[in-house]
Amino acid sequence: MSEMRDMFVETAERLLRDHCTPALLREAAATGELPAGLWAAMVDAGLTKAAVAEDAGGSGADLADALALLVPAGRHGAPGPLAETLLAGWLLGRVGIAVPDEPLALAVPRAGEVIRFSDGAEGPRLAGRVTRVPWARAASGGIVVIADGSAGPVLALARPAGGAVSPAANLAGEPRDDVAFDGAAVEVAAASPVGRDEAWALGAAARSAQMAGALQTVLALSVQYAQDRVQFGKPLAKLQVIQQNLAIIATQAAAAAAGADAAIEAAGHDLSSLAIGAAKARAGEAASIACNIAHQVHGAIGFTREHALHVSTQRLWSWRDEFGNDAFWQQRLGERAVAAGADGLWAMITAAA
Amino acid sequence: MDAFSFAPPPASEAAERVRAEVRAFLAQELADRPPFERADSWNGFDAEFSRKLGDRGWVAMTWPKRYGGHERSALERYVVLEEMLAAGAPVGAHWIADRQSGPLIMKVGTDKQKDEVLPRIAAGECFFCIGMSEPDSGSDLASVRTKATKVQGGFVVNGTKVWTTNAHRAHYMILLCRTGEVTANRHAGLSQFLVDLKAADVEINPIIDIAGQHHFNEVVFKDTFLPDDAVLGEVGGGWAQVTSELALERSGPERFLSSFTLVVELLRALGPNPSPQATIAIGRLVAHFVTLRRLSRSVAGMLQAGADPAVQAAVVKDLGALIEQEIPEIARGLIAAEPDTRSTSDFVAVLAHTVLNAPSFSLRGGTREILRGMIARGLGLR
Repeated sequence: MSEMRDMFVETAERLLRDHCTPALLREAAATGELPAGLWAAMVDAGLTKAAVAEDAGGSGADLADALALLVPAGRHGAPGPLAETLLAGWLLGRVGIAVPDEPLALAVPRAGEVIRFSDGAEGPRLAGRVTRVPWARAASGGIVVIADGSAGPVLALARPAGGAVSPAANLAGEPRDDVAFDGAAVEVAAASPVGRDEAWALGAAARSAQMAGALQTVLALSVQYAQDRVQFGKPLAKLQVIQQNLAIIATQAAAAAAGADAAIEAAGHDLSSLAIGAAKARAGEAASIACNIAHQVHGAIGFTREHALHVSTQRLWSWRDEFGNDAFWQQRLGERAVAAGADGLWAMITAAA
Repeated sequence: MDAFSFAPPPASEAAERVRAEVRAFLAQELADRPPFERADSWNGFDAEFSRKLGDRGWVAMTWPKRYGGHERSALERYVVLEEMLAAGAPVGAHWIADRQSGPLIMKVGTDKQKDEVLPRIAAGECFFCIGMSEPDSGSDLASVRTKATKVQGGFVVNGTKVWTTNAHRAHYMILLCRTGEVTANRHAGLSQFLVDLKAADVEINPIIDIAGQHHFNEVVFKDTFLPDDAVLGEVGGGWAQVTSELALERSGPERFLSSFTLVVELLRALGPNPSPQATIAIGRLVAHFVTLRRLSRSVAGMLQAGADPAVQAAVVKDLGALIEQEIPEIARGLIAAEPDTRSTSDFVAVLAHTVLNAPSFSLRGGTREILRGMIARGLGLR
């Protein structure tokens, strides 16, 4: 890990710890709005344009460094499109498009969806609709779209027309809006350095990192609660069954973190790496197990809006199904294993990470 | 929470070079080894094979040259181990000596013990067994009752050890026993001995496991005399020694690859066009292996750097055993077969072997409950 990455992660950790108070998180979940102060602080610290070159106004870190920021972002439940802005900014920077300072969204069409790009006499145009675009409504810097052009994938920075963004949200209240791109203003477009599948993998790597962070918080809250809560005259933490269950959360969090670390490293040089799908699928499994135990340990209080546990568990329940759920990535990993064959399986695994 | 941080495994070009060498060697050496035998990898006892590995410098890889070692990195050693296990090579004969007995002797042994034993281990011709568990001491290892009483020129030992893998074929046992009275400090008064099984007067009785195999033994010490120079390390310092030995036993690739042969045979049996359900199940296993391998290599890197990743090792072993035990369930969910160790179908025979051996995966080297207790302690809960 580079010194630069350590420095970035540390900066993010400090900043997010100070800003992401329980009150701010509750407010953001209730309204789905981006907390302006938090975003401004991240911009000032150079976090939002981490993976944009310095001469383009960014911080000059690489994609892996940027993805590593998402672990503390997930740990603190930071509301806002940090992941989306980092990825969209990295993509724009790669094709030499100036990266706005404002929040960005990233629209990757999923199976059955398509955005067509055309560049005729009337100028560049987009047509099509993408469902559940993260933070689309808050993307005052524009939405980066992976569109189909006549000569391959096109990367476009677009602003949807009025009324083209239909609000929806995930379980944690994070905006996941449907966006119609017909009539959108296309600010700039270029041949895309990544296709849909690679963009989808970018999103999966980002969510894996966020999930690894959120699982650390689920563990920490559960350990703390078990030590504080007294029943039958002693803290829950003294009961062996509780100790063993908390140990399971710790092992699942460790597995998700190891997967995310591998995915972050791999994403920097190969978006088709097995490590990305493995991380996403493994984090999904870890989330299911860990959230289940965490809520059991917390009892009724953890089931309330008032308690902070849901900030992490609701994000995990959402993120595990975004950019490909467990089965989606498992199937792709399985297809590659089948192609490698029984005698090539081990070599495939050792080459992955 | 430092006990739960897993440093990125260091990259090693040397390790990748040795991987290619090992693969080429195993492709030739194991060409005729049937899957049923491969499934038994680190229980497979083959003295001739162990000697060949010694010749190639793949035993005692990290040890100093003066003891017959090869002064290579922990990561190179790791690669050799995982390649052996994934291929189902019979590494059981030298395994324990290479993994824990040799390193322990190196750490606490006398010059005489080191000179006498270590070069023979490195050559792949000196095999060890572990004398820890007793009929009344399993997970609660500090309660061992086998007693060594000081006499003129040595000690007289009385007591019984059980679950002693390979005692009937090993040259030495490292024996944990009581040399002092039981006091308030249960960890005091324990010592280790290097027992020459060819010289010592012990009785070794087979214990047949549920798979019908003879790996375990009961080893009875009845007024068995051990000379003074059999003391290994410090008299009374046995507990600290044994716990450092156990850390070496918990983090390696053997802790998640026990059922790997079944995955290989399952994939073969599924053929080129498995159902989506089967494809997803295989992919899930791939995701587990990729992450477990990363965790396990991280521990190898931390060991190389001189850290003490005891809690991390427990995490790897707990996660590894879970998936090792789930694999036969997954396999039987995808392919209808009645498991039979004598089946002419490789899949069916390997399935039978794995079903029968799976209970041991979360027992040996520390039970699931003991490991989770260690993890809970790392979380500050105990």
